[in-house]
Amino acid sequence: MRRWLLIGIPYLWLLALFLVPFLIVLKISLSDVALARPPYLPQLDLSAGWEGIKTFFAGLDFDNFVFLTTDDLYWRAYISSVQIAGLATLFTLLVGYPIAYGMAMAPDHWRPTLMLLVILPFWTSFLIRVYSWMGILSSEGLLNQFLLWIGLIDQPLTILNTNVAVYIGIVYTYLPFMILPIYATLEKMDGALLEAAEDLGCSRLTAFWLITIPLSKQGIIAGCFLVFIPTIGEFVIPSLLGGSGTLMIGKILWEEFFNNRDWPVASAVAVVLLLILIVPIILFQRNEQKQREREG
Amino acid sequence: MRRFTWFNATALTLGFAFLYLPMIILITYSFNESKLVTVWAGFSTKWYGELLGNESFLDAAWVTVQVAVVSSTIATVLGTMAALVLVRAGRFAGRTLFSGMIYAPLVMPEVITGLSLLLLFIGIGLDRGILTIILAHTTFSMCFVSVVVSSRLVSFDRSLEEAALDLGCTPFHAFRLVTLPIIAPAVISGWLLAFTLSLDDLVIASFTAGPSATTLPIKIFSAVRLGVSPEINALSTIMIAIVTVGVVAASLISKRASLAQQRDTQAAARAA
Repeated sequence: MRRWLLIGIPYLWLLALFLVPFLIVLKISLSDVALARPPYLPQLDLSAGWEGIKTFFAGLDFDNFVFLTTDDLYWRAYISSVQIAGLATLFTLLVGYPIAYGMAMAPDHWRPTLMLLVILPFWTSFLIRVYSWMGILSSEGLLNQFLLWIGLIDQPLTILNTNVAVYIGIVYTYLPFMILPIYATLEKMDGALLEAAEDLGCSRLTAFWLITIPLSKQGIIAGCFLVFIPTIGEFVIPSLLGGSGTLMIGKILWEEFFNNRDWPVASAVAVVLLLILIVPIILFQRNEQKQREREG
Repeated sequence: MRRFTWFNATALTLGFAFLYLPMIILITYSFNESKLVTVWAGFSTKWYGELLGNESFLDAAWVTVQVAVVSSTIATVLGTMAALVLVRAGRFAGRTLFSGMIYAPLVMPEVITGLSLLLLFIGIGLDRGILTIILAHTTFSMCFVSVVVSSRLVSFDRSLEEAALDLGCTPFHAFRLVTLPIIAPAVISGWLLAFTLSLDDLVIASFTAGPSATTLPIKIFSAVRLGVSPEINALSTIMIAIVTVGVVAASLISKRASLAQQRDTQAAARAA
């Protein structure tokens, strides 16, 4: 009895507020937009009994998905989301790895403080961290003032409301997700291996390339997925730092729903976004499992 | 053999400068006299005064805190139950679906979670307001809580609980007197995580909030869409200050707690 309560309460909660809503999205993505309340057809009419259910299913179709393939806005938005997320993940890795490496090499008594310094931004509001770049990157912002002052440029650069600003925003906000898993693998590394390699005539750079990088592979993979997966559906960064030319699917979904009020198309966009995410999510899960098996 | 080289020192310096400079600049400019956020015109705290006089921000802040406290508390209870189920319940019908539903929200894009919950609330005719935001936040943060708590439960030594049962405890008492104190640090960090996730959330709240209740992130977002403003800088500074004090305090407390636990374990080992 107690066991069933323990299982049942969270189970029912998740069924009602996670699975059912998702099935509703799936259903509406197969419906047609209509001037009704709620603004889509068909509506399930249970009072009409079996006939009602039959007409309901007959009214569902894949029109919205066909529409997504005909309007190239959606195509380009999906492709550019994946591109932006991929490139931003690479930049985050290039920025994050040296930091994680520096932390792993730092004296033991520094490490708790360094960890705290990496984690602290993670607890600070995401919105505020994105917002903080708006003042820096604008055409009369601090970055341009600085570049003009040192004489590197003679006219302010347009950075805010471009994809460059989106990359900066992603690297900045997701950096802790890259640093922490890499640091966790580097910290466990046995320094004697590097010593041995150098004794055997490796240069320090070769030793780094042949030993440190392969040993931190798991951390690199985990960090990359932790940045890549949430970035694809990102909404806040492209809408605050990106411009009208920044195509990202999270932003399109938002606009489709709130501005165009086209619920069926917004739902179809959501379903396709999820289909795109399934592959990286499964790969990530498999990587995590492999790591657990290796450690266990 | 670890060598802390110049390269490492430079990487750390530049890295932390990158992480912290934007926030330091933001804080500095919140004390700027001028309305222009890019020109320094002398020290002033007037934007803080204006902020405190702005009722709509204060209302939104109050809604946000209420939502965060209630949702993170329910999420902690549900998340801890879910963690117990995941780690201890063994096999039962629908277990795969259950763990899928725990992990899926962690990777689900917020726009989809928000959209799906909104469509549910409309479908069942629930008016959007503070209640719907609480339901939405509880649902996604309970999954984070259950991941945090289950990672602690996995390493939990069950013989302690069995000893309590042998000594005549009811299962509920054994849980309250033995299990709960041991997993308490994980439960507390789960609650803190849920609390911050709720405070921070813009996307899901935007979908599930109605005209009767607006949260602070929604207010901030609609204000900063129009550009940088010193009032928002002041608000951000206050929020950064609260978080910093909270995180530093929490890390000091947990350090002290782990030292105390170490001492206890050593004492117990000596006594045995």
